[in-house]
Amino acid sequence: MDIQSLTYLFVGISFGLYIFIAIKSRAGSTNEFYIAGKGVHPVANGMATAADWMSAASFISMAGLISFMGRDGAVYLMGWTGGYVLLALLLAPYLRKFGQYTVPDFIGTRYYSTTARVVAVICLIIVSFTYVAGQMRGVGIVFSRFLEVEIETGVIIGMGIVFFYAVLGGMKGITYTQVAQYCVLIFAYLVPAIFISILITGNPIPQFGFGDRLIDQEIYLLEKLDLIMTDIGFQPYTSGLKETIDVFCITAALMLGTAGLPHVIVRFFTVPDVASARKSAGYALIFIAILYTTAPAVSSFARYNLFEATHNVSYQQAPEWFKNWEDIGLIAWRDKNNDGLIQHAPGNAFDPVKPKYLDNNGESGERVIVNDSQASSKNEVYIDRDIMVLANPEIAGLPPWVIALVAAGALAAALSTAAGLLLVISASVSHDLIKKTLATNISEKKELFYARFSVFIAVIIAGLFGIYPPGFVAQVVAFAFGLAAATLFPALLLGIFTKSINKEGAVSGMLTGLIFTLGYIVYFKFLNPEMNTSSNWLMGISPEGIGTIGMLINVFVSIMVSKFTSKPPSEIDDLIDSIRQP
Amino acid sequence: MNDSSKNVDRYWKKNIQIVSILMFLWFLASFGFGIIFVNDLDEISFFGFKLGFWFAQQGSIIIFVAIIFIYIKLMKNLDQEFNKDLDD
Repeated sequence: MDIQSLTYLFVGISFGLYIFIAIKSRAGSTNEFYIAGKGVHPVANGMATAADWMSAASFISMAGLISFMGRDGAVYLMGWTGGYVLLALLLAPYLRKFGQYTVPDFIGTRYYSTTARVVAVICLIIVSFTYVAGQMRGVGIVFSRFLEVEIETGVIIGMGIVFFYAVLGGMKGITYTQVAQYCVLIFAYLVPAIFISILITGNPIPQFGFGDRLIDQEIYLLEKLDLIMTDIGFQPYTSGLKETIDVFCITAALMLGTAGLPHVIVRFFTVPDVASARKSAGYALIFIAILYTTAPAVSSFARYNLFEATHNVSYQQAPEWFKNWEDIGLIAWRDKNNDGLIQHAPGNAFDPVKPKYLDNNGESGERVIVNDSQASSKNEVYIDRDIMVLANPEIAGLPPWVIALVAAGALAAALSTAAGLLLVISASVSHDLIKKTLATNISEKKELFYARFSVFIAVIIAGLFGIYPPGFVAQVVAFAFGLAAATLFPALLLGIFTKSINKEGAVSGMLTGLIFTLGYIVYFKFLNPEMNTSSNWLMGISPEGIGTIGMLINVFVSIMVSKFTSKPPSEIDDLIDSIRQP
Repeated sequence: MNDSSKNVDRYWKKNIQIVSILMFLWFLASFGFGIIFVNDLDEISFFGFKLGFWFAQQGSIIIFVAIIFIYIKLMKNLDQEFNKDLDD
């Protein structure tokens, strides 16, 4: 069977499985719809959390990004795992003890205020929608690349599937489909990684292959990679380029943001008790760590392979995949020094960075592009970072079924995250806005109807974002973390660990955190992108890392305002005492 | 203050103690070894890795997992102690 039929087969089987599970686990009450009836086993919840958490970005883009960042890629590796320690130790057990349906539920109750609840809903919706837009786009890209349908068609198919199981099953349906999706995505990630590790180092465990000697050679992979890169004029792979303070702040913003993401937090509401909430945070991190410790290995293998296979190689002799991805428009080459050989070097090859192709071919047979050559760089090659994972099976010469598997895995990663996000958006609308704020006397049946209806609306909006992406989706996804870090995380943390923070403090803290962080990001990314360099940044902190400062400001404002306004009522003292007991 | 609220108090203090120690380890493994001291640790080699690089890209994640499971274990013991005191 050819790659395309195999891909249809694998994707078809996995989609069939998700739908089957959704029909089997329909939700009948709001309790089941919002938090799966609190009956999810910690291991199952760990898997569901892992799938919920690992998005199209983790699956497709992360290893490629790290591949080109070297040691600085650690911001993603540590940032997107370290947050689970915060969740497990500081939030999950207490929020589970509180035992309600949503994150704004806790904030509204703890700060005895509808305003606090509504502010939390606004923060939640901003954070979750920016995030979900990226997922839908990911679904579209995978469809178009592997199944050769239009991106729009891909997005609509993805919307249909998510809509079906999210509306029908609510949290209960989503949980068990996410368990299946985790299995699909982790298998699809590991298989090519293992093959490549064996090819390069002879070690079948990528995590160890990463630090092993090259096959039949005395030199370690990373040593060799450092040598190759310094030869060509790059900084060594294992060295860092970013300022320490920026690495520190980006990592912290990603960690704090992870712990403040509503679709992750709400997963801990679905388990039977406090001890299970702790356990499922542990299992979740194990399941996530399996992918996150493989990713940096894949990054170094891919970078090594890239140089070995294509540096100083003539275009005619370049491997088949180089031309395949050039055809799709994710690789471009121009022979700047007219020696007929492909050369990599630091810096962007072209201006603008992304290639625009003409219809003819150059002397060596390469696709001709209209871009200017970047004069300051000897680099001749444009490579889209996403290729590093998607093309890995081809680069390593793996059989077609592995390529099909990667497509199914990438879809599982994107769909599971999208479903989790859509559910928290809809729950915050139907439960926090409608049931708790606007129409407090509606029946449970009515609320369930509104919950399903808001999933429907949310899916449509998310789909529109996928089809008509605002040009900056990829960037905005990273900012969702900064915003979560600066708004929801401190409100939750202070709500549990202090008794003195009152509603005035929490509301003004969340609002200043939101405005400061959003303002900084919008200023540098959208209003004055030409100013976006480290010399203009506040203390050298990039917009990606500014959420950390936003969080500190939030905490400071919350404490100060609470000092000068009236104490929380005594019921709140009792509430805090009760969530602090197991 | 009655006995049960004394217990609650003790439980919470113990809990804060456990969390503080583990959060310190969390900070040390990631921000400490992986970011602040990364260049110094890179002088040491660890299998085929520079040690700082290893902490930044792999070691910290393994330590995170260990921290959560130590926490689960310690809290389980603390919960048992607390429940026994309540029954007494």
